[in-house]
Amino acid sequence: MTLLDIRDLRKRYASGGRDVAALDGVSLTLAAGETLGLAGASGSGKSTLARVLTRLVPADGGTIHFESEDWLALSGGELRRRRAKMQMVFQDVLGAFNPRATVAAVIEDPLRIHGTVPKAGREREVAALLDRVGLPASYAARSIRDVSGGQRQRIAIARAIAARPAMIVLDEAISALDVSLRERILELLVALQVERGIAYLFISHDLAVLAAVSHRVAIMDGGRIVETGPAAAVTGAPQSQAARALVRAVPRLIIRQEDRNAV
Amino acid sequence: MRLLRNLLRTPEGATGLCLLVVLALVALLAPVLSPGDPLRIAGRALTVPFTDPAFPLGTDRLGRDVLAGIVHGARTSLLVGLAAACAALAIGLCIGLAAGFAGGLVDEALMRVVDAFQIVPSFLLALAFVSVIGASVPVVVLAIALGAWADPARLTRAEVLSVRERDYVASARVAGMHPVEIALREILPNVLPPVLALSAIIVAAAILTEAALSFLGLGDPNIVTWGSMIAEGRNVLRSSPFLSIFPGIALVATVVGVYLLSEGLGKALAHRGGAA
Amino acid sequence: MTALCEIRQLAVTYRGQPASALRDIDLDIRTGERLAIIGESGSGKSTFARALAGLLPDGARVAGSLCWMAGHAPRAGRDIGFVFQDPSASLNPVLTIGEQVAEGARRHLGLSRRQGQAHALDMLARVHIPDPERTLHAFPHLLSGGQRQRVAIAAALAAKPGLLIADEPTSALDMVVQADIVALLDELVRDGGMTLVFVTHDIALASGFADRVAIFHDGQLVETGSTAEVLAAPQAAYTAALIASHRDLATPPLIREAGR
Repeated sequence: MTLLDIRDLRKRYASGGRDVAALDGVSLTLAAGETLGLAGASGSGKSTLARVLTRLVPADGGTIHFESEDWLALSGGELRRRRAKMQMVFQDVLGAFNPRATVAAVIEDPLRIHGTVPKAGREREVAALLDRVGLPASYAARSIRDVSGGQRQRIAIARAIAARPAMIVLDEAISALDVSLRERILELLVALQVERGIAYLFISHDLAVLAAVSHRVAIMDGGRIVETGPAAAVTGAPQSQAARALVRAVPRLIIRQEDRNAV
Repeated sequence: MRLLRNLLRTPEGATGLCLLVVLALVALLAPVLSPGDPLRIAGRALTVPFTDPAFPLGTDRLGRDVLAGIVHGARTSLLVGLAAACAALAIGLCIGLAAGFAGGLVDEALMRVVDAFQIVPSFLLALAFVSVIGASVPVVVLAIALGAWADPARLTRAEVLSVRERDYVASARVAGMHPVEIALREILPNVLPPVLALSAIIVAAAILTEAALSFLGLGDPNIVTWGSMIAEGRNVLRSSPFLSIFPGIALVATVVGVYLLSEGLGKALAHRGGAA
Repeated sequence: MTALCEIRQLAVTYRGQPASALRDIDLDIRTGERLAIIGESGSGKSTFARALAGLLPDGARVAGSLCWMAGHAPRAGRDIGFVFQDPSASLNPVLTIGEQVAEGARRHLGLSRRQGQAHALDMLARVHIPDPERTLHAFPHLLSGGQRQRVAIAAALAAKPGLLIADEPTSALDMVVQADIVALLDELVRDGGMTLVFVTHDIALASGFADRVAIFHDGQLVETGSTAEVLAAPQAAYTAALIASHRDLATPPLIREAGR
């Protein structure tokens, strides 16, 4: 079942006196429970796509159908209600939380806004969510400032799944984390997907990360999708120049001197 | 509480806080320290200070107790200073929030109003206002606030514009939070701290402006203020300078106390921000 | 190889912090080598780089010894060039590119204004900036992140230092640009016969060009040795864990693709 259908999405920005097409006719689909990896160099438009898709900035053209509804036509209270189904995890672990909030408040917000859980059961639900993402329930009382980067990202994931979304947009969600923490977060995301049937739009400039968790991969360049296909196909046999550059850019562990000289 | 401890650790904060606590106590306990109407004629005129134990700081030309005047004057100064600062901050916050959130033409229009109020010298504005409307405590408070609200408004707007772009505000939007709730819970609490830091300066300026207005005879005539005492002493400045000096010292001590406190607060806040 | 700097029992504690950021660091830096300092956040790798360059903040307590074989501490700009992680923050937004690149050269080599500009032009060409003539008079905000980092490298090398320290120079850039910057550094260091100290969290990235690696963890030096030896046969458990957590396109995916 097609969860998300984006057709010919456009977005222009005025930059330095000229009009720049950040999104120049982007089309892609996402099926329920699937992970689509979106890769591209900086400036390719992937972050703009995330912001237009989540209705943070308006689109200049094109259509988005989410759960068979015209997503761009929604507004006001109707849009706010539907937002429960499409959540987002941001890159910047520091800036993604209100510095004055507690962990419990952060995770409880979606529960309260969408009324998925009655007031009496919320504390228990927060504890359950914390547990699910691998954090002790005692963290609920902590200030968000007293939590490490990797833990914050787990809290961000707990917040994202609290409203029982159908899909989550992950915008460079692990790029700012230490390498040793990334694997754990990726495993958590995959497990949550299997458990809850959540689809992911996983945006990253690191193809290796996308290859780890994506069913399909799309490559973006200059505001357009230039290649799409199964993850193994795109990363194993890249067709477009952008894809080839991204594949080449993934650092490989080079152990032997001869290999290094050859590089 | 951590903030209080940090504040007390800085010499400025400790001194400022001490001065202001003493001042606040004096103002609060004025009827106890000097019972009766401070403007009544209490004794012989122009008693020299430190000679008569009944009037430790002497008396003025009409025989009114100088100490009683200082003690009760503290009330007025603190009251007017705090009330004017609150009013200025309240007006500034409202205008700044409106401009920051609305954007576009509303923002432009409001900013031009802010420009206008910043261009006019605040004291002259207060002077003109009081002269036209008439002198009473509420009018004086409003007059001072009119001159002081423009700075907090500008700062609030700048903070709103900055905080609005943060990821946690975007996160709240994606979560489906109502815009009013976002404004009140996500944006406002994070906009307040720098604006509140201005409050100390505004209080200090308000106290001085009130004293100046009283000095010029534009304060409330029915209550005693340090400014009016200084004005009274002007006539006998050569023979009995103490009449102007004592309220002058009180004024200086208050303003210095407020400045020191705000310096200490700034340092204490910076400390906390650095450690976090 | 001769030693450029001998570090013995180096320890650094920042003001107001109870725990030391670095302790018991014993390391040699050899002239002409490419040394990678590898560690995660909190490992002390950036502290080490700054201690080497003399860039620690006021109040930081330093114990142990940094013994420079040249006999004197290296002069910033002249003997050491430093490239920072964030090219947006390390370039002054109100000065032109040309002025910033020429700054070091004019100060340390005594060049005149015109000579400085000519030298800056030369440096910009060497770091492969497109259209160096125009970039000379441009301001940093007009360039992309990758181009800004190239400019920062040009500025760091302007006075021809013998040692270049790069503190996570590619962490703020995307992968494609990262590969280009690393290749550029490799080329410049080889051509100039310089010593390179490259700080990174990415062991695979380092493996591509470093002669030796030093692994930092929690403020301590865990392991050091030639890249080939350390990667093929890591002595410390932490090093082995770092190597194991590396993921590239050859690593098996976490999901099953079939049957969706």
